Amino acid sequence: MTTATETALTEERVQQLRADFPILAEQPGGVPLVYLDSGATSQQPRQVLEAEWAFRTQHNAAVHRGAHTLAALATDDYELARERIARFVGARPTEISWTMNATDALNSVALSLAEANRAHADGAGAVDPTLRIRPGDEILVTEAEHHANLLPWQRLATETGATLRWVEVDDEGVWTTDALLALITERTRVVAIAHVSNVTGQIADVPAVVAAAHEAGALVVLDACQSVPHRPVDFRALGVDAAAFSSHKMLGPGGIGVLYLTEALGEALPPARVGGSMITTVTMTEHEFLPAPQKFEAGTQPVASIVGLAAAVDYLEAVGMPAIEAHEVALGERLAAGAAAIDGVRLVGPRLGAERAGLASVIVDGVHAHDAGQLLDAHGIAARVGHHCAQPLHRRLGTAATTRASAYLYTTEDEVDRFLDVLSGVRAYFGVA
Amino acid sequence: MADPLAGLYQELILEHAKLRAGEGEIEPFDAERHLKNPTCGDEVTVRVRLAGDGDEARVDALGWVGQGCSISQASASVLAEQAPGLTVAAVRERIEAMRELLRSRGAVEPDEALLGDAVAFAGVAKFPMRVKCAMLAWVALEEALAELDG
Repeated sequence: MTTATETALTEERVQQLRADFPILAEQPGGVPLVYLDSGATSQQPRQVLEAEWAFRTQHNAAVHRGAHTLAALATDDYELARERIARFVGARPTEISWTMNATDALNSVALSLAEANRAHADGAGAVDPTLRIRPGDEILVTEAEHHANLLPWQRLATETGATLRWVEVDDEGVWTTDALLALITERTRVVAIAHVSNVTGQIADVPAVVAAAHEAGALVVLDACQSVPHRPVDFRALGVDAAAFSSHKMLGPGGIGVLYLTEALGEALPPARVGGSMITTVTMTEHEFLPAPQKFEAGTQPVASIVGLAAAVDYLEAVGMPAIEAHEVALGERLAAGAAAIDGVRLVGPRLGAERAGLASVIVDGVHAHDAGQLLDAHGIAARVGHHCAQPLHRRLGTAATTRASAYLYTTEDEVDRFLDVLSGVRAYFGVA
Repeated sequence: MADPLAGLYQELILEHAKLRAGEGEIEPFDAERHLKNPTCGDEVTVRVRLAGDGDEARVDALGWVGQGCSISQASASVLAEQAPGLTVAAVRERIEAMRELLRSRGAVEPDEALLGDAVAFAGVAKFPMRVKCAMLAWVALEEALAELDG
């Protein structure tokens, strides 16, 4: 691999990268695969698979316990992975803890906040004031959130007596920073938003949200699932208090997610889960936790997958995140402009020319997304159809489902054009044009 | 070019998706069942009214409302054309035959004498992700009838 460049990837470079991804040469439906569903899950390069294989065949052992050499090698791999992933997102290693996936990470934050307030109500100790959520306080989200960044807050609101508030989206599914900031008050305790919408591709102005939220004394929790894999992200620079992202969306294996908590929040929050590997001293009636991040990592972690994720981060860094971002933004514009130009196809999300990530969702007039997706699939095009775990957003858009194409570093212009070509024939195929 | 979907969308399916036979809320009704397919958001509510008792019980009327893909809407439409007049036992037999056909991955020959126009859905058997779409209204009717047993 070559060093990072600031410009978009060349066609030749993308072809080189594609050779690293065995699955891209597959023909699952008997036709060449056009994989446009990286927003749901990305594909894995040989380098990731080989790193996992090497760990499993050479270093596999339980980490942070036992005195044998193999355990030491495994522990080194494990903690080195944490350091690499921390550096990748502008964090300290102590601010990075492992979860099952991003959903688990977001749940973990909400459950820990509930636990902190429950302990306070039980008189088991005064809660850190930054964690206190009282009846009448507010938790703020957007109407565009993925269910993973909505349901945990719905439940936390119910448990604490707080009110869940949300900024509404417009007819295109877009919310504005001004409207969100107007909802932040001294009652706001948590602001939970996606960095990049998985449906619309809208990119949140995170620093503006953080400034207003912190001014009001609220925590900011960032769903970074669609940003960390696709563009340079620095959590410390953004100023968020917590963030979540998922390995399988960034060339890594499934079953591993990442929770970022600032040192202050990591120290203040109680763990959502307790048990092995996260304590200093245990008696039959009491226990004392290790500091973060171990405090949040009860039980055995999927170490080989974590090593695979570190290899994925190495791969992304070698290609260069600015170059990946530039490549995907160009593909996103091509997707959006192409889709918007088709008769009877409605593009959702930011208007043409406005900032958007490398994805586009559309509604085909008169054709259900499932039917559109079936025709795309018959041409080898793997696009996502459905509500993309964002039912409130789709309800607002007046549809049950949309068709989404999402790009990654291995996506070519030709693949985007093939998607647009089949999309342009959907209405005729189903007899509505 | 040849149809890339190998007969999944039979003409009859596309026609029924537009025809939407039996669409509407019937009154009065004996049982109602609302079903959703959470993966795609398809929804259907089926209402059924019976006439007669015991073994003589027949479907007097069936109405449905819903939204979703052409497969799910067309299958509700075909069901609404077929069910009225059949005994409850015959409806159950037909639903079971439909389920067997759709889950067969193409291994079961469609029984046109039993299923009538519904054999148009035989192509769905080769698309396992779509079987739930095609069965949605049929399962709703099955569950509505089961409630009446209870």
